[in-house]
Amino acid sequence: MSKKKTLTFCLMDAPFENARTTTALRLIDTAVRRGHNVNVFAYEGAVGVPFSKQSAHANKVHGFEEDEWNHPLPKDWVSEIMNHAEKTGSKVDWINCGLCVDERGMNEAVPGVRRGTPGDLVNWANTSDNTLIIPTK
Amino acid sequence: MAKTLNIIESAYRATIEEQDDTIVWITHAMKGAGADLSVLLRGNAVNYCVTGQKAPEISFGEWQQTHAAQIDQDLIALMGKGVPVYVAEEDLAKRGISLSELISGVKTVNREGILDLIENHDRIWHW
Amino acid sequence: MTHYLLIESRDSFEVNDVAYFYDLASGLKERGNTVTLFLIQNGVLPARKNPSDSTLAKLATAGVNILADHLSLQERGITDSALVDGVASAELDVVIDQMADGVKTLWH
Repeated sequence: MSKKKTLTFCLMDAPFENARTTTALRLIDTAVRRGHNVNVFAYEGAVGVPFSKQSAHANKVHGFEEDEWNHPLPKDWVSEIMNHAEKTGSKVDWINCGLCVDERGMNEAVPGVRRGTPGDLVNWANTSDNTLIIPTK
Repeated sequence: MAKTLNIIESAYRATIEEQDDTIVWITHAMKGAGADLSVLLRGNAVNYCVTGQKAPEISFGEWQQTHAAQIDQDLIALMGKGVPVYVAEEDLAKRGISLSELISGVKTVNREGILDLIENHDRIWHW
Repeated sequence: MTHYLLIESRDSFEVNDVAYFYDLASGLKERGNTVTLFLIQNGVLPARKNPSDSTLAKLATAGVNILADHLSLQERGITDSALVDGVASAELDVVIDQMADGVKTLWH
């Protein structure tokens, strides 16, 4: 494994809409497990990924109550990645585009998420070892 | 400073709601933050170079929605800030768009030109 | 010579623009670069052996290193034996390792 690097990701998709959200979080989780620091710039609908008011539901079609179903919530995946990073000496810095948050009314985010601007993405790109844009379509 | 090529492919995705193409918009914002950027329009986004585009005002109940996006003008403004704008000529041809319909200042590129752009920029951000 | 990592998340059955991305991989390889094409999500669907489509096999023969995300393959019931010759199953670690090595990475 290469030494600790800093990787920046820009995400755009709203949660529960596209496989890209899961893939993006898998990539971020893998980067942390490989010992790297990660920056995440959430643009447009992706500001909803760490939205703290996501809530699980039962799945009656499959016959499971809420406490049996282990319903995925991307905000919990984000928190778990951040917790794992903290335990293992990596850093995950997550910025939600502030204007995108405001127009969607998604001000409540899990701890560790902060507001920012496209200038933050520029700064991160200039100080990271690599940057990957994962656009919406 | 590292040079970034923004390849814009998706078009008219939420331009009425956003009053912008959000990638053209963030390109403006990142240029303002000091980034060294170029833009390549390909796929349906080549239509952003066509002059005179503007959605008419629409209404919802009593609400009149004004200030529709004018993406051709946004690209002209971007070029005015020193961001080169390239457009894929093959994608123009596929869509029946002639060069005479384009805003001035954009540069057409063929397959080899696209490869040159990708090789000559440090970062490729494919939006 | 530069190393490129091209990540294709979509498939050529649904999205015409996928052909452009395959061609980009081919063109960068023709110019002497090292190219990895990483298929993920529905991007793995064309990796299943298909007598009517040899696009990925030709890319592999041309020297493009083609990998397909293991989870995406499993999710779609595509086994290793069903893969086009020249396409190999891989974990996401490959993407992260290449990014960490500074490989020019594009998502499509």
